Amino acid sequence: MPTVSVARDRLFAALGRSYTQEEFEELCFNFGIELDDVTTEKAIILKERHLEDDNSSLDDEVIYKIEVPANRYDLLCLEGLAQALCIFNGHEKIPRYTVANISKESMLKMQVKKETSLIRPFVVCAVLRGIAFDEARYNSFIDLQDKLHQNICRKRTLVAIGTHDLDTLQGPFTYEALPPPEINFVPLKQVKHFRADELMEFYKSDLKLKKFLHIIEKSKVFPVIYDRNRTVLSLPPIINGAHSAITLKTKNVFIECTATDLTKAKIVLNTMVTTFSAYCERKFEVEPVEVISFDGNSSVYPDLSEYNMEVPLSYITGSIGVPLEVDEVTSLLNRMQVHAEQAGLGGNNINVSVPPTRSDILHPCDVMEDVAIAYGYNNIPKRKLSSLKPLPLNQLSDLIRYEIAMNGFAEVLTWILCSKKENFEMLNRKDDKTTAVVIGNPRSSDFEVVRTSLMPGMLKTVGHNKDHPKPIKIFEVGDVVLLDEKKDVGASNRRLLAALYCGANSGFELIHSLVDKIMEVMGTPFVPVGNSAGYYIELSDEPEFLSGRQAKIIYKGRRIGIFGIVHPEVLNNFDIPDPCTFLELDIENFL
Amino acid sequence: MAEDAILGYLASHEEIPDSGKFASQHGLQQNDVVNVIKSLHGFRYIDAQDIKRESWMLTDEGKKYAAEGSPEVQLFLAVPPEGFIAKDELQKKLDPSVFKIGCSQAGKNKWVDMGKQVSRKVQHVEDKVKDLLVRIQDGQTIDKDDINSLKARKLIVAQTWKGYSVRKGPNYASKRKKVATDLTRENLQRGDWKELEFKEYNFNAKGPLADAGHLHPLLKVKQQLKNIFLQMGFEEMPTNNFVESSFWNFDALFQPQQHPARDSHDTFFLEAPSTTRQLPEDYVELVKRVHESGGYGSRGYMYDWKREEANKNLLRTHTTAVSTRMLYALAKQPFAPKRYFSIDRVFRNESVDRTHLAEFHQIEGLVCDRGLTLGDLIGVLNDFFSRLGMSKLRFKPAYNPYTEPSMEIFSYHEGLKKWVEIGNSGMFRPEMLLPMGFPEDVRVIAWGLSLERPTMILYGIDNIRDLFGHKVDLSLIKRNPICRLGID
Repeated sequence: MPTVSVARDRLFAALGRSYTQEEFEELCFNFGIELDDVTTEKAIILKERHLEDDNSSLDDEVIYKIEVPANRYDLLCLEGLAQALCIFNGHEKIPRYTVANISKESMLKMQVKKETSLIRPFVVCAVLRGIAFDEARYNSFIDLQDKLHQNICRKRTLVAIGTHDLDTLQGPFTYEALPPPEINFVPLKQVKHFRADELMEFYKSDLKLKKFLHIIEKSKVFPVIYDRNRTVLSLPPIINGAHSAITLKTKNVFIECTATDLTKAKIVLNTMVTTFSAYCERKFEVEPVEVISFDGNSSVYPDLSEYNMEVPLSYITGSIGVPLEVDEVTSLLNRMQVHAEQAGLGGNNINVSVPPTRSDILHPCDVMEDVAIAYGYNNIPKRKLSSLKPLPLNQLSDLIRYEIAMNGFAEVLTWILCSKKENFEMLNRKDDKTTAVVIGNPRSSDFEVVRTSLMPGMLKTVGHNKDHPKPIKIFEVGDVVLLDEKKDVGASNRRLLAALYCGANSGFELIHSLVDKIMEVMGTPFVPVGNSAGYYIELSDEPEFLSGRQAKIIYKGRRIGIFGIVHPEVLNNFDIPDPCTFLELDIENFL
Repeated sequence: MAEDAILGYLASHEEIPDSGKFASQHGLQQNDVVNVIKSLHGFRYIDAQDIKRESWMLTDEGKKYAAEGSPEVQLFLAVPPEGFIAKDELQKKLDPSVFKIGCSQAGKNKWVDMGKQVSRKVQHVEDKVKDLLVRIQDGQTIDKDDINSLKARKLIVAQTWKGYSVRKGPNYASKRKKVATDLTRENLQRGDWKELEFKEYNFNAKGPLADAGHLHPLLKVKQQLKNIFLQMGFEEMPTNNFVESSFWNFDALFQPQQHPARDSHDTFFLEAPSTTRQLPEDYVELVKRVHESGGYGSRGYMYDWKREEANKNLLRTHTTAVSTRMLYALAKQPFAPKRYFSIDRVFRNESVDRTHLAEFHQIEGLVCDRGLTLGDLIGVLNDFFSRLGMSKLRFKPAYNPYTEPSMEIFSYHEGLKKWVEIGNSGMFRPEMLLPMGFPEDVRVIAWGLSLERPTMILYGIDNIRDLFGHKVDLSLIKRNPICRLGID
């Protein structure tokens, strides 16, 4: 995206009011440009020269660097930006640009020689009469050429602009292509004559110009523009002649754009003349120039005609998704520098006239976009497409399951139902009748209660896999059911995670590591005891675990789980000959 | 021995007030007693309090005199009780240092006459220095003047004595249980686990580092995004084709051939294979025409479209190249609405820095249906981004050659307290869709963003090279939370 530097105070003057930076940023955002940086001329110069000391002779005027869309060449200078924003704000009307009505005879002429087709076949020209420059306008005029050269002109390969003090020249002009030794002139900023081939050699050491030399360097002929007295106007796309250089005093400006792409040459010429015709004696009027091809074809430039489209209202409203009336659409378009009116009385089509400044508009979709921008993207009501939301608990369970498996644990899937004994006595726990859902008609003692812990299932699994090589590392993520007064049915599920290690040693430290890992993947920091910003562990005293080798897990101040060496009596109850460490925690706390 | 003595003593006594005295009373080595106290204290059999005392210790010289007598006495005894002894004779009888110090001290004490001939002045002396030294050695106290004189003669030095006073601890027992660090299979087999005493476990530290596998954070985020797309009814596009032609990457998207993105500064063009072998000719013709002279209601770009440019191969600069192929194939079928997504690698000829890489991952989603509006685009973006935890969005007009309208997506960042750009979106231009053969009322809304940027924000990484590529910090990969995008 190109960036344009403009003096803030001049811009605000042109906008007719001043803004706070936030207000201006908001305006930019809504219009589709961006305040990229705020600096001063002084800061820029100091930075370029790698200086730090404060040289107060430098200008400390505030500069706004504004990013503009790459296809909006009309916004590449202060004049264009200010005009677009004024119109967007409704303070100004869209100008009508006109070509001065002069006869073909009195029109300046540019004769194109056949040889130019070998190197740079196109030229388009125009004249700005009675222009009033001051220093700021003059600088902007030069800067705009630079910006156009960098952007649409693709570093002068497609188009090169030459601007001249017309009063130093005499038409008709010729656009020719000659062998370099035959071209001889004093180039801009030099005092002596150079032959074109010498000049190319000379510019090889010029930091600014050397990057353009390749465009014509290898050609047998170089493009060149002469006036009737064989004064060289320019050697495009490299340099202008010194003779016709414009100054602050210049009143009449001759503009020529030579090109390899005619469409872009016309856009560049139109951008130059529409922007600076605002400073002409006859505002927004441009004097035409006749360009006569070697084959006799004649064209008059600039072409400031408006491009007309008839756009159905339904296309616009149907694409944006907002019901708008014709007059609303036309007034929105007028704020975007596009002339628009209802096509015919009561019609549902809109006649759109695109001024020459808006070369970016190619299709009704571009018009539709302008309506949407003027309406405000952020005012468009959203429509939700159909979509599904997953259950967070199950998504989280899955993500935790993958992490634990990656820690080398094998997943088991055990039964929800178990015997009372397994759920209580065999775990050294007392059944106080306040936790477990009890089944009324069990077919066997295996299905007496709904588990309140994953522990019996895990221990039964180990007990039945005595021959499995040690160590055994298993885990399960599953639901238990607890009596719950707050539920209509009096019971609710909880999602628990259990992991177990069984080997020649208890693996207590290994399970401790797993606890740390689970907390780490949940993005929870390890904190000192008593701190509720993360998790810590604390010695616990539960009968199913060995005393001194068990800890409760405290997360954000709440006890969410426990781990410990399974009590040898419990191991014995489940017929497990090897020491085990068991971890259980409630993962619903992580939601 | 010391352990039994201490535990046994405490069985019938309240306290051992001084471990040093206890040791000497029981004939135990001071060191043994101290070590046992420390160990018993660790297991809380006893409570030990530090005590300390200032005391005096003999220097090497002092120890010698305590054993052999002071030099002045040695010298006195070497002088015969009667008569004289020649001084050099006397010197021969004694150690040189004893002689030297003895002469001076015995002289000072006026015990002997010192001349060439040495004789006693008194007949009987007491070795007070030796007595004092012995008393200090036995731990007895002596008066201050004596201390000072011994100190002045460098026979004693001060030292701090440290010891303990000991009482019963909470786990007191007359005999210590077996100490273990872990419960083992043997403990279970022998059944001795009941007698096991466990070394205290440090619950205030993390456990040892686990040996585990880890997935790359970028791909964890990718997986979640993929789930989000699937939940939103999007189908994944096949993006396993990095080499693309300029035609599918640019031309078919109505991106003009002079567009800056098509510069070698931005795009990797290929030396081998340098050009594409085939393109769908009928379609190429339509694309050429829409660039050159428009049609479908468009003015076109009005330039000479060159087939050679379209043929140039490159590494795709965006996954939209794949979207284009998919849409082209879709347009060949009787129309049916579609939602597509992809998350895969794209390439840019950029210099690598903290925020840019020459390759990164693009996330792209598109919806193709009749009568879609900007309201649908805004709606789908709100749905998508709110699943990523970004529900405060706003949209800025922007320019993109293949979308019109184009909207940059901004999200309010609570941490940075400002709006940050998070992606781009738009409606594909009719100049792109109509040459493919879609009916006129079919519209395509699409959006794209990089995978790296949200991942960096999510995991607090500020240098992209730490995250992606060979300069990655492996510990970063091993230490990162699960990606909870789409859950909260």
